[in-house]
Amino acid sequence: MPTTTDISFLLNDEPQQVSQLAPTLTLLRYLREHLDLTGTKEGCAEGDCGACTVVVGEKDGDRLALKTLNACIAYLPTLHGKAVYTVEYLRRNGGAHPVQQAMVDCHASQCGFCTPGFVMSLWHHYETRIDQGGTDRAELANALAGNLCRCTGYRPILDAGEQMFKLPPVRFDFAPARKRLDSLPGGSLHYEAGAGRFYAPDSLDELLQLRRQMPDSTLLAGGTDIGLRTTKQFRDTGPLIYTLNVPELHELTVDDDVLRIGAAVSLTDAYKAVCKDYPQLAELRDRFASPPIRNAGTLGGNLANGSPIGDSAPWLIALGAQVVLSNADGDRTIALEDLYTGYMQQSRKDDEILRSVIIPRPVPGLQFHCWKVSKRYDSDISAVCGAFALQLEDGKINKARVAFGGMAATCARAGGCEAALNGKPWNKTTLAAAMTALDSDFSPLSDMRASAAYRQTLARNLLQRFYLLSGSDINPAGEQSLRAFTLPENTL
Amino acid sequence: MSAARQPLPHESAHLHVAGEATYIDDIPESRGTLHCAIGMSTEAHALIQTLDLDAVRAAPGVVLVITAEDIPGVNDCGPILHDDPILADGEVHYVGQPVFAVIAESREQARAAARLGKISYKPLPALLTPRQAHAAGAYVIDPMSLTRGEPDKALSAAPHSLSGQFDVGGQEQFYLEGQICYIIPKEDDGFHVYSSTQHPTEMQHVVCHALNLSQHQVTVEMRRMGGGFGGKESQSAIFCGIAAVAAAKTGRPVKLRPDRDDDMLITGKRHGFAYDYEVGFDDEGRILAAKIDMIANAGFSADLSGPVATRAICHFDNAYYLENVAINAYCARTNTQSNTAFRGFGGPQGALAIELIIEDIARTLGKDPVDVRAVNYYGKQDRNVTPYGQVVKDNLLHELLPELLDSSDYSARRKAIADFNAGNSVLKKGLAVTPVKFGISFNVKHFNQAGALVHVYTDGSVLVNHGGAEMGQGLNTKVAQVVAHELGISLSRVRASAADTSKVANTSATAASTGSDLNGKAAEDAARQIRVRLAELAAELYDCKAADVVFADDKVTAGSTQIPFSELVATAYTHRVQLWSDGFYKTPGLSWDKDTLTGNPFYYFAYGAAVSEVVLDTLTGEWKLLRADLLHDAGNSINPAIDIGQIEGGYIQGMGWLTTEELCWNDKGLLTTHAPSTYKIPASNDCPPVFNTSLFKGENPADTVLKSKAVGEPPLLLGFSVYFALRDAVANARADNSHALYVAPASCEAMLNAIAK
Ligand code: FES
Ligand code: FES
Repeated sequence: MPTTTDISFLLNDEPQQVSQLAPTLTLLRYLREHLDLTGTKEGCAEGDCGACTVVVGEKDGDRLALKTLNACIAYLPTLHGKAVYTVEYLRRNGGAHPVQQAMVDCHASQCGFCTPGFVMSLWHHYETRIDQGGTDRAELANALAGNLCRCTGYRPILDAGEQMFKLPPVRFDFAPARKRLDSLPGGSLHYEAGAGRFYAPDSLDELLQLRRQMPDSTLLAGGTDIGLRTTKQFRDTGPLIYTLNVPELHELTVDDDVLRIGAAVSLTDAYKAVCKDYPQLAELRDRFASPPIRNAGTLGGNLANGSPIGDSAPWLIALGAQVVLSNADGDRTIALEDLYTGYMQQSRKDDEILRSVIIPRPVPGLQFHCWKVSKRYDSDISAVCGAFALQLEDGKINKARVAFGGMAATCARAGGCEAALNGKPWNKTTLAAAMTALDSDFSPLSDMRASAAYRQTLARNLLQRFYLLSGSDINPAGEQSLRAFTLPENTL
Repeated sequence: MSAARQPLPHESAHLHVAGEATYIDDIPESRGTLHCAIGMSTEAHALIQTLDLDAVRAAPGVVLVITAEDIPGVNDCGPILHDDPILADGEVHYVGQPVFAVIAESREQARAAARLGKISYKPLPALLTPRQAHAAGAYVIDPMSLTRGEPDKALSAAPHSLSGQFDVGGQEQFYLEGQICYIIPKEDDGFHVYSSTQHPTEMQHVVCHALNLSQHQVTVEMRRMGGGFGGKESQSAIFCGIAAVAAAKTGRPVKLRPDRDDDMLITGKRHGFAYDYEVGFDDEGRILAAKIDMIANAGFSADLSGPVATRAICHFDNAYYLENVAINAYCARTNTQSNTAFRGFGGPQGALAIELIIEDIARTLGKDPVDVRAVNYYGKQDRNVTPYGQVVKDNLLHELLPELLDSSDYSARRKAIADFNAGNSVLKKGLAVTPVKFGISFNVKHFNQAGALVHVYTDGSVLVNHGGAEMGQGLNTKVAQVVAHELGISLSRVRASAADTSKVANTSATAASTGSDLNGKAAEDAARQIRVRLAELAAELYDCKAADVVFADDKVTAGSTQIPFSELVATAYTHRVQLWSDGFYKTPGLSWDKDTLTGNPFYYFAYGAAVSEVVLDTLTGEWKLLRADLLHDAGNSINPAIDIGQIEGGYIQGMGWLTTEELCWNDKGLLTTHAPSTYKIPASNDCPPVFNTSLFKGENPADTVLKSKAVGEPPLLLGFSVYFALRDAVANARADNSHALYVAPASCEAMLNAIAK
C-alpha cells in the first residue's frame, strides 16, 4: 500500500486535509481554534466531563459505525480516514433535530455549557436505538455516564432522552459519507509537521519495524491516557506510532476454549464479547470509564499501560488470561500477571508490542466475579477492583485465582489468599482464613481515592461478598439482595 | 395570556442545544490576541527567595512575563479586605497561588512556558486544617458571636443533653465553563473586558485599581456564564487583574483561560466547617438550649468569609425556634485556597449542624426525627423570633411538611424500611426528611439595589438590559417574562441583552438568590413607566381614562378601540413619547447591625422540604439514592419549569457536596483532587430512579416581583436529606443502632468507618 503524508477525514460531510499542524493537536483545538467551530466545548481537557463530545463514523464493512468520542484528547491524525460529526451538523436540514427539540421541550439546559456534549451523546444513542424503537432510563443513564452537568441534576436530560424517540424521526443517510471514506487516501500514514512525527502503519509488519527503528517512540492506541501527557503535562512523546490502523490487532476470535482479542479492539467491543461469556462483568463494563472513553480506549492499551488501577487486569488475571507479545522476531505468550514487574514496569521488551489477549472461556464448576469500588458509580477510577475465580469440585476448591487492582504497585494476585483457598471446602471457615490471609498479601497506599485501611477492608469484604454469592455451605444469596446498585425497583 | 407564570423554555435553550450560544472563549479573537498562563506556588507557606524567570522569557512565543512589581496600580483583588494579592509579593500562602504570569502568542506556548519558572522558597509553618488554625488562633477576621437568652443556664437545667463534634468538607463549584477573561484595549486608555463573572462591576473595579484607571475607562460585558454557583463572584477577579495588566503592558488583546486543573488549584471553594456543639432538650425533643462553635475554613485571605460566616450564623436556626442559643463563628486562616461564595453562602453550613443535632436528639429519645422537627418548628404567633431578632412572619412549614409527608407516603415507607432492614444483613436502607427555611436578601443592606433599562423600538420589539448576570439560572428569561407581562406582549417580542457596566452602572453581584427579585423589579419599574406613558397617549387618542387602558395579548384596548401594541408604539414615536426607560429597585425594610449581629436582614424566607430514601451496602459503603420527593416554595412562580430546574439541580448539587465530592489536600498542602478525574460531582446514574418535584402553591406575602420567591440557593439544602438518609442507614447497620457518622461528605469509606466504630 502506498504511504500518505497528509491527514484526510470528513468533517460534517466536508473533506478536510491537514498538513503542518502538530500531530498532538487535539481534534477539539482544531475545531475551535482552526475552524471556529465553537459548538464543541472544553470543560476539562482530560476526557472526564464530556463537554467536547463528538460523534465519529468509522468504516465497518460497507456501513459507517458511529461512536462517541472525547475530542479534547483525540489527536487529529487519529481521525485520518474517518468521518467526524459535531453539534453543528445536526441542524443541517434547517430545523432542530429531535434530540435538540426534546432537550428544549424538557428544559434540559440551564447554563448550556454541557449541552452540546449531551446532545451529541444523545444523538449517538438516537442513531443506534431508533430502529429498536427507543430506549429505557437505565440504558440512557449509562449512555450519558461520560457527560457531566453541574446545573440540572440530570432528570430533564434523561427525560429528553426518552422524549426524542417520540418526536417525528429525522434520519440522516450515512451511505454517501461511507462511500467518500473509500475515496480518501488510504495506506499507511506518515505524518510529519515541524518536530512532530506520527506514524499510522497499516500492517503488523510495518508496526513492528517502526517500533524497532524508533526506540524513543510512543505507542499510541486509544490515547485516553497519552492524550493527557500533552494536554496536561506538556511531555514530549517522541514520535507517535498509532496502532489502531493495524488490521491484525483488530482480530477477535472465539474458539472452543478461548477468546482471542486483538490489542486494538476497543474496550466497547472487547467487553461486548467478554460479557457474552461472563455476564457478571456487565456492571464493571458499564462503570469502566465512560462510553466515549471505552470507544476510544482498547483492551490492549488498558493492559499495556500497566496502571495498578486499570480495571481489566484483575479479572483477566483471575481468569488466567495470557497476552501475546510480538516484535519483528516473532511472538511469545506469557501469563498476564507476568507482564507486570513493578510500578509502571513490565517484562515487555522495548521493541515488543502487546498483540492480543487470550481469555479462557467458562468451564463447568467455575465460580467467578469481579467488582470495582469507587467514590462514584459512573466514570470513576477504582479504589479497589477485586476479581475472584474458583474452580469448584464437589464443594471443594480445586484452583483459586484471586487478583486485585488498587492494592499494590501493579494489579496482582493475592498469593496468600489463594493458598488459604486451594484444596479447601468453600465454606465459612475457609472464607475466614482467606480474609485473614488477604491482610498480609498487600500493603496498599493511602491516597485521595481511599486510605490503606479502607482498601484492606474492601479486599476482604469483596471476598466475603463473593462467598455470599457462591459459598457451598450456605444458601447463596442472589446478587440483587447484596448489591445496592441492583436493588430491584419493586422494593422501593 | 400573560407571558409570566408560564413554563417557557430558557431564552437561550435553542442556542444551547445547537452549540450556538456564545461563551467568552467562543467570541472570535481580535487580531493580535495574546494568551496568558499563570505560574503558581508549589509551597503552602513560604517566602520567595529567588524568582528566576529567564527560561520562561526565553521560551518560544513568549512576549512578556509579569510579576507583582509590574502591576501599575494596587496589587489586590480582595472584595472586602485588601489582603488578596493578584500576584504573590514576596510571600506565598498556598499551593497554587499565582506568582507570575506569562503572555505568549498562543495559549499552549504560555502554558508550556509557565512551567519553566524557577522559584526558590524559604518554607514557613503552614496551617492546613480549620481546627489547626483555630487552635493557633489564626483568623482572617475577628471572631463573631451571637447569644440570645441564657444558654448556659438552660443547658444545665435541661432534662437531656448532647454534645459533640462534626466536620463537613468544602465543595468545588465545578462550573462546566472554567474561569475566563478576555480584555481588549480600546482608544484613549479604555478597556473592554469580557469576563465570565457574576459580578461585572467588581471586575470593573479590580481592573481600575490594578491599572490606576477611572471607572468610565473600563467596560465589563457578560452575556452568559457556563455556570457560576458563587465561584465567579469574587474569584473571577484574579484573572481579570492579571489579564488587565498584560493587556495594558502589551497594548494587545489578552485572553486568560486557565486550564481546569489550574482553575481548581487557584480558586476558592465552599468553606468546609468544623463544629463543636452542646444542646439541651426535653422529653419531646424540644431544644431548650444550643451552643455551637463554627470554625469555617477561610483559606489564606478574607475574601467573602465574613459574610459567609454571618449567613452561617443566621441559618443555624434553619426552621427551628432556639430560645436560648449561643453561636460563635471563626474564620480560620489556613494555607489553602481562599474559600468563597458557593450557592447557599454559609447558610447550608449553618443549617446542616442543627439538622444533625435534631437527628441525634431523635435517636437518643427513640423518636421519629419528623416528630422532633415538628415540635421545634418556628411558631406562627409565638416562638417566632430568630436568634438575630427578625420575626418569622411567613412560615409555611406547618402546611408544607404534612403535604410532603403525605405525597411521599412517608409513614408507610418508614415502616417498610424497618421491615427491609430486619430481613437484610448486607443491605440497609435509610430515610430522611429535611426542611429548609432560607433568608432572602444580601446581609449587606446597600447591595439590595438594582437597575434596568427597557427599550421599546418603533416596531414593537423590546430590549431589556439589567444588572444581573445570566449563569444558567434563567434570570434573563424571567426578567423578559416580567417585561412582557408588564407590557401585555408575548415573550417573543422581548430580548434580554448582556450585562454591561456601560449600560446599567454600579450593579451588585448576582448572588444570594436575589437576581430575579432585584433585577425583575427594576425591569418591571422601567417597563411600567413606558406603559404609563403609552396608556396616557392611548387615553388621549381614544378618549378614555389612562387607568382603563388594557395591555394584553399584544394588543392595547382603550375605550372601544383595540389596536396592536406595535401600532400604538409607532404612533407614540411620532407623538414624541419617550419609548425607553430606566428602572430602579431597592428592597424595603431591611436592617442589619453587624456589631450585634441583629436586625431584619431578610425581606422574606423561602421554604421547602425533601424526603430521600437510600440503600447502603454495608460491605463496601457503596449506596444508591432510590427515591426523592421534593416540595419547594417558589412563591407564585414566574416560570415553574425554570424553578423546578433550580430545585432539582440544587438538590443534586447539595447531595454531591455531602456524598461523593471530597476535597483532599496532602500533607504539603497540595489539593490532590484538582480535576474531574479525582473530584467526583454527581453523574447521570446518581439521579434517582424515582424523582418527584413539586412547587408548593401559594404566593409571596412580601411585595416581590409578581409575588414570586427567589429559588437559586434554598433548594441546595434539600440535598441534606440524602446525607441524613445515609446517616440513618449507617445507624441502622450498627449493632446499637446509634448514630456514628460525624463527618461529611459521607464517602463510602467514611460510612464504612462509621459502621465499624
Ligand atoms: S473537555 Fe472534558 S471530556 Fe473533553
Ligand atoms: S446546564 Fe450547566 S452544566 Fe449542564
